[in-house]
Amino acid sequence: MQPAYAAPRSIGGATTQPTPKGGVRIIDVVKMYGSQDSGVLAVDHCTFNVPAGQITVVVGPSGCGKTTLLNAIAGFHSLTSGSIYLDEEMLCGPGKLKADPGPDRIVVFQNGALFPWKTNIENVAFGPIMQGHMTRKEAYEKARDMMVDAGLRGIEGNYPGEISSGVRRRVEIVRALMTDPKILLLDEPYRALDSLTKSVMHEALLEIFYKNRVTIFFITHDLEEAIFLGHRVVIMTTRPCKPKKILDIDIPHPRDYSVLTTKRFREFMEETVAAVHEEATKAFAAGERER
Amino acid sequence: MSDTELTHPHGVAQAQGKIDGHVSTLALTSHRVLLWLQSPRPYLMFIGFSLFLGFWYLSVEFWKLPRFAEMPGLTAVVSEWLSKNPTYGLSIFMEEYYLHIWVSTKRIAIAFFLATAIGVPLGLFLGWSKRFKQYVFPVFELLRPVPPLAWVPLAIVMFHGSETPVIFLTFLASFYATALNTMLGVESIDISYIRAASCLGAKRWQVFRHIVVPGALPFIFTGLQISVGVAWFSLVAGEMVSGQYGLGYVINTSYTMVRYPTIIIGMVTLGIVGYVTSAAIRLLGDYMMQWRTREFGLGDDR
Repeated sequence: MQPAYAAPRSIGGATTQPTPKGGVRIIDVVKMYGSQDSGVLAVDHCTFNVPAGQITVVVGPSGCGKTTLLNAIAGFHSLTSGSIYLDEEMLCGPGKLKADPGPDRIVVFQNGALFPWKTNIENVAFGPIMQGHMTRKEAYEKARDMMVDAGLRGIEGNYPGEISSGVRRRVEIVRALMTDPKILLLDEPYRALDSLTKSVMHEALLEIFYKNRVTIFFITHDLEEAIFLGHRVVIMTTRPCKPKKILDIDIPHPRDYSVLTTKRFREFMEETVAAVHEEATKAFAAGERER
Repeated sequence: MSDTELTHPHGVAQAQGKIDGHVSTLALTSHRVLLWLQSPRPYLMFIGFSLFLGFWYLSVEFWKLPRFAEMPGLTAVVSEWLSKNPTYGLSIFMEEYYLHIWVSTKRIAIAFFLATAIGVPLGLFLGWSKRFKQYVFPVFELLRPVPPLAWVPLAIVMFHGSETPVIFLTFLASFYATALNTMLGVESIDISYIRAASCLGAKRWQVFRHIVVPGALPFIFTGLQISVGVAWFSLVAGEMVSGQYGLGYVINTSYTMVRYPTIIIGMVTLGIVGYVTSAAIRLLGDYMMQWRTREFGLGDDR
């Protein structure tokens, strides 16, 4: 799997990799719920970049407004002000505060959203069939190939309810990749998994990333997960949310779990844990006040 | 337990390296029947029935308790029911008995079909479109508490003959139950499914067809079960008011003609036929929602 990956910055003459797509620029985004004066400020003048062809992980305490940001990129919610660009295209901004959901940005949801009434392969083939890009037959062929590629052979005819939650997440990511998205938006996808399954899922996600080089926007509250996966880690303040610290993690890719015990990884943890803890404490105190 | 293999299909799949991914409905049903026979449930059910029938027998025919003395006894009802030459004219050997059952079932079928054909789409749209709900739901909620019996005079004025008013009354209660449950079914769908579908490029009507309809099915079938139950309920009321055949008619005329055992035969028959209809709907639901059956029957973690 190693040769399939080239560091995005080193794209030059010899490489055959296409220029990565799916860079997102978040510019001065504000999101307010409720009315202008009595509303809740969820996102406060938030600006940062999600570099194309990289994994950007957003870390912050639960309920800080990270998901609000993701929903704005995906087109589920409107902004109050600011703008979001996907490569050169404006998704939302002045004059068009809500982006249209589309297959170039696929969300993998916190609790999983495989349709329980469709078999795994029907789920995976869903996107291209709905878009009319492929005939049913082509879609099923491609779906089968991609599932085999991802090590998901033999469960095509099962329903999502019949497989373990870890496998379900992998099926969901394959479903997302079927439509050739520019960016994957993952909203705490491994939150409900136990830590052992989680570590397997992390390596599987990296493997998929190395193979497909799709841009990944990943939300979590788990700092270790963030540093392990991310090229870039954006630590958010508690509500209202804006970047507190942006780190470029220079641990070389491809990574595997041995990274966790390296000195560099520990240094990143030490550098960030205080910042994250501080925000978590604030979030907790705010929660206490509300009660 | 002997069914470990079935309850952990994925573990088995990984152990064998492959799985055909398909458990037939028949295998599933026989598996369930077997489990049922191994559990204490059928035997407890048998005891329950025995206690009920025993109390009936003892209170009416043996102890002759004050309030029960006038009631038809168990032996009288059973011997009348199974008689080739019944005293009051109705037993399982008489053609008329089946005519009554047939007429009632036919009315239920028509009313239930209409209630489903109108109630399900209405419920789907009520759940799917907020605007539509704002128009329709207040009227719906105002009419819903009006009991079918209160509609009797209007039904007779509106519809001529004796058949259509009965069907209309039967339809009404069914329709409310179906429409309301369907609407709740649509509203219960996890927003993530709808968002995921629109992410994947589904248009609005595709979301409706692939997400909203199947997502609401569990609630729809709950609604249909309630609907068929209340259909029998209002059918009997309707048949007591008008009509010349049907189980409700049997009960009502037997009362006026003092044929007490026949009343009980009518009641027991209603119970049995009613149970069969709702069991049939449950089976249809299991068939249409195999994803759910398999999840409950086989899945280990949800």
